[in-house]
Amino acid sequence: MWKFILKLTSFKHFYQFSGKILPWLGAITFILFAVGLYWSLVIAPIDYQQKDSYRILYIHVPAAWMSLFVYIVMATSGAIHLIWKTKLSEVIAYSCAPIGAVFTFLALVTGAIWGHPTWGTWWVWDARLTSELILLFLYIGYMALYSAIEDRASAARAAAILAIVGVVNIPIIHYSVDWWFTLHQSASISVTKGSSMHPSMYWPLVVMATAFKFYFATVLLMRTRNEILERDQNANWIKEQEKSL
Amino acid sequence: MSLSEFLDMGGYAFYVWTSYGLSFVLMLMLVILPMQRKKQLVRRIRKTIRRGNQS
Repeated sequence: MWKFILKLTSFKHFYQFSGKILPWLGAITFILFAVGLYWSLVIAPIDYQQKDSYRILYIHVPAAWMSLFVYIVMATSGAIHLIWKTKLSEVIAYSCAPIGAVFTFLALVTGAIWGHPTWGTWWVWDARLTSELILLFLYIGYMALYSAIEDRASAARAAAILAIVGVVNIPIIHYSVDWWFTLHQSASISVTKGSSMHPSMYWPLVVMATAFKFYFATVLLMRTRNEILERDQNANWIKEQEKSL
Repeated sequence: MSLSEFLDMGGYAFYVWTSYGLSFVLMLMLVILPMQRKKQLVRRIRKTIRRGNQS
């Protein structure tokens, strides 16, 4: 097992292995989205207060969850890179940033669109919304820092440190709805307390959230493989396998 | 349920479809851009290899 993991940290083996699982990840993502979208837009019953506007939840909540999850993956890979100087973890951290930024942006925008009919306003400067906006700035700052420093190795180090410092924002986002008074509702679903949603509305959310996870894995692998190709373009293994890239 | 009823989303069509549409467009871009980038990279790599073989 350890041997397999260690082998995977080399660009060559990671590229070959990820090439094998990528089509499967893509297919699973596609099927999950097909099922999840049909379930959340057609089958799931209407909400008795919010009517059909509540269906935004099936995009908004998975996107918001992913905005946090991707950040943790990015900061963890950055930390692994700082500690063990592994090339692969640096490439993974770098590839996470734009994906996480898109999820965060979507969580914010779908939240605003949902807020207008539900709260009567697009935006309030409360703890949940503001801390999620700060998360977007962290992603953007991370990417800006990377491109601002010319030397790749120092850029990677600086960006990893920024990502690790920014982790303090993650629990703030998560607990903001309990710590401060806010328009945003508190969690309906919790790891420890289970779900307070009706199963007919809860299960499509589970499918959509799983679809988002597989989508992230697929897109992250695509980006990571491109980075590997770019950085190793003069390596021998690439020349040998030129036909099957 | 008819198709027009479905598209109307109980009067919330604008809110629901803007959310889903925007998400679809952005998430599709995150798939298409790396695909194009990969094509570019592979083309560049093949070019350098062919140039290397000639000299």
